[in-house]
Amino acid sequence: MSTIGAAFLRCREEKRAAFIPYLTGGDPDLETSAVLLEALAEGGADLIEVGVPFSDPIADGPVNQRAAVRALEAGTTLPGILEMIARVRTRIEAPIVLFTYFNPLLAHGLQTVVEQAAISGVDGVLCVDLPPDEEDGGFREFCAAAGVDSIYLLSPTSTPERVKIVAKASSGFVYYVSRTGVTGVQKDLTSELQREVKKIRRKLDLPLAVGFGISSPEQVAAVGKVADGVVVGSALVRLVEENRGRDDLPELLAEEVERLAAPLYRSRRRRKGPDAG
Amino acid sequence: MRKKSDQRPGYFGPYGGRFVPETLMAPLDELARSYDRVTRRRKFQRRLKNLLTNYAGRPTPLYFAERLSSTLGGVRIFLKREDLLHTGAHKINNAIGQALLAREMGKDRIIAETGAGQHGVATATAAALLGQTCTVYMGEEDMRRQRLNVERMRLLGAEVVRVDAGSRTLKDAINEALRDWVTNVRTTHYVLGSVLGPDPYPRMVRDFHKVIGQETRRQLRKQVGQDWPHLAVACVGGGSNSIGLFSAFLEESRTRLIGVEAGGSGQELGEHAARFRGGRTGVLHGTKTMVLQDRHGQIAATHSISAGLDYPAIGPEHALLHDEGRVEYTAVSDAEAIEAFHLLAATEGILPALESAHAIAEAVKHARHLSSKKVVVINLSGRGDKDVESVLDYDAEKSESERQEAGADRHPAETWKHVVWGGDR
Repeated sequence: MSTIGAAFLRCREEKRAAFIPYLTGGDPDLETSAVLLEALAEGGADLIEVGVPFSDPIADGPVNQRAAVRALEAGTTLPGILEMIARVRTRIEAPIVLFTYFNPLLAHGLQTVVEQAAISGVDGVLCVDLPPDEEDGGFREFCAAAGVDSIYLLSPTSTPERVKIVAKASSGFVYYVSRTGVTGVQKDLTSELQREVKKIRRKLDLPLAVGFGISSPEQVAAVGKVADGVVVGSALVRLVEENRGRDDLPELLAEEVERLAAPLYRSRRRRKGPDAG
Repeated sequence: MRKKSDQRPGYFGPYGGRFVPETLMAPLDELARSYDRVTRRRKFQRRLKNLLTNYAGRPTPLYFAERLSSTLGGVRIFLKREDLLHTGAHKINNAIGQALLAREMGKDRIIAETGAGQHGVATATAAALLGQTCTVYMGEEDMRRQRLNVERMRLLGAEVVRVDAGSRTLKDAINEALRDWVTNVRTTHYVLGSVLGPDPYPRMVRDFHKVIGQETRRQLRKQVGQDWPHLAVACVGGGSNSIGLFSAFLEESRTRLIGVEAGGSGQELGEHAARFRGGRTGVLHGTKTMVLQDRHGQIAATHSISAGLDYPAIGPEHALLHDEGRVEYTAVSDAEAIEAFHLLAATEGILPALESAHAIAEAVKHARHLSSKKVVVINLSGRGDKDVESVLDYDAEKSESERQEAGADRHPAETWKHVVWGGDR
C-alpha cells in the first residue's frame, strides 16, 4: 500500500475523514513556502497538496490565480518546488501530493519530472488538465514505475462511464470536484453534493476526497460525513495572501488548519458514542 | 498524405486531444456528438446556408487585384474577400454555425473570447439574431486597441467582460471564458473563435470555415480556368481563416500553401507570436500543439501589432501540417504588415485588417519571384476599420523616431514604396 493509502487507512481506523490542506508552492516564495508546509503538518494535515504555479490556470479561481502570480514573480519553478519538498520531507509525516497543470510537466520531460518528484518525497501527482483517457505520454506508467500515485478527478458532470474510467486509472485516492466551476471559496454546499458523493463512493475501491469551495468548519463537517477526505485550498491560500510578511504567519496557518479540521475529530466522537475513547 | 483511419478521434497526429479539467470532459463529449449528429441533418445545413447567403453575404467575391498585381510585377493576385462579410471578417461563418448548434442543443446562453474583437462581434451578432444571451471575454489591452469593436458588441446587446489577468490579451480572455464555461456548462455553449482548444473545436471551427476554400475553388475555375492557385497565403493566429482556405487544397500538390504568423517587433521570446520560430510542443487551453513558453513550461507573453494574431499557441492541425511539410509557415513583422496595409489601401482602395495585412506582406515577398502566369490567392480575412487607430499610432511613432534620427519628414504612407519596389524600379 502506498503512503497515501496508509494515511487514509489510518483516518478510517480513527473513523474520520482525512483533512487535506492545499497551498500553492512558492507563494509568496519558496523559503516561506517550506515553513508553511510544516505549519500545515503541525496543524494536523493528514495529507498535503502542493500546487505548482502555472501562468494559465484555467481550473483556478481568483485566489489561487493570484497565488500563482506571486509564486511565479518570486521565480518559482517546478524543480524549485521539488527541491523545497525534499528539504522539508523528513520533518513532515503527511504524504505530499503535487497538484499541477500538464504543461510544466511536459516541459521538464514526464519521466524525469516524475522520477525527480519521487526522489524528492512526493507521494502522488494530480494533473488537473490531464484526464486519464487522453494521450498522457506515458505519465501514468512513469508514476507507477516510480511508486508515485496518479490521482484523477471526478466532477458532478462525470457520466457513469467516466466514473469507471477514472476509477480504473487512479491510485491512492480519487478527487471529487464538489461543483462545476473553478477553485475558490463558496458559501453553500448542497445536500445534492452529499448524495452525489455517497453514490460515487459506492463505485470506488479507492478513498474519495472532496474539494473545491470548502472553506468553513461547518462545510468540512458536512463533507466529512460522506467523504474519505476533505480538501481545503483557497481559504488557506487567502490566509497566506492576507498575512504574508507577518512573522507569525506559520502559527496563524497552523491554527486555522486545526480549526478547520476540528469538526472531523468531533464527529468521530459523536459517531463512536459517548463512551468511546 | 495522412491516413485518416489511423487517427485517434480528436487528434491530428500527436497534436490535439482534450486536455481539460474533468468537469468539461462529458460536456465536450456531448458537444462532439451533437455536432456530428446535428450538422449532418439537411435541415441544419439548409438553415446555415440560408443565413450565410442572405444574412452574412456569402459567397464572398474572389477579386482579381489588378493594380496590386501589376505593382508587384504582373503575377495574378486574387483576394478572397472575407472582409466583405457581415461584421467584417470570416469569423461570422463559425459564429453563426456554432450559435445555431447551441440552439439545437438547447443552450440559450453563449459565451466567447475575443482578441481583435471580430470574433466577439460575430458572436454577439449571431446571438442577437438567434435571441441568445451573450457574454464576451476580452483582454484589457485588446479592449484598448480595439475600442470600436467593444462598442459594437455592446450595441449588439452583449456583455463585454474585461480580463485584466496575465498579458491582458487573447490568451487570458480564453482562460476566463473557460472558467465561465466550466462553471455554467449545463446552460452555456462556449463559442470558441478559432481552430484551438479541446476536441471537437479544432475540427468544428475548421468545418464551418471550409466554405472559404470551397468557394475559392469554384471561383478560380470560372475566372482563370483552373480550380487551384499556384500559391495560397493566409495569416495564422489560431489558424481559422487559413485552415478554411487551405482545406480545399491540401490534396492539390500543385498548390503551395503558406501560413503567416506574427513576427512582431523582434526575435526574442515575448516580442512575437511566431510559434514555429521558438515554440515547443506543449498543452495550452485544452489542446496539445506548438506553444511559445519558457523552459519551465510557463506560457510566454507574445507581441503583435494585430490583436488577432497575438496568441502563444497555434491550432493543432497546423502543427501537424507543419510537421508533414504540407504547409509552410513564415512570419511577418509589425513593420511589414503596416507597409502591406498601406500598399493595399493605395493600390486597391481596400483597408485590410492588420491580421490579413500579414498575409499580403508575405505574398508581396513571393510575387516578384513568380511569373505573370502564376495565380496567387490571398485570404483577405477581415477589413481594417478596427485598426485605423493602431495604424495611425504606429505611423506617428515611426515618423517621430525617423524625424529624430534623420531630420527627414516623410509621410508614413510613402515608406512602403521604398520597401516594396526596392531599388530596382
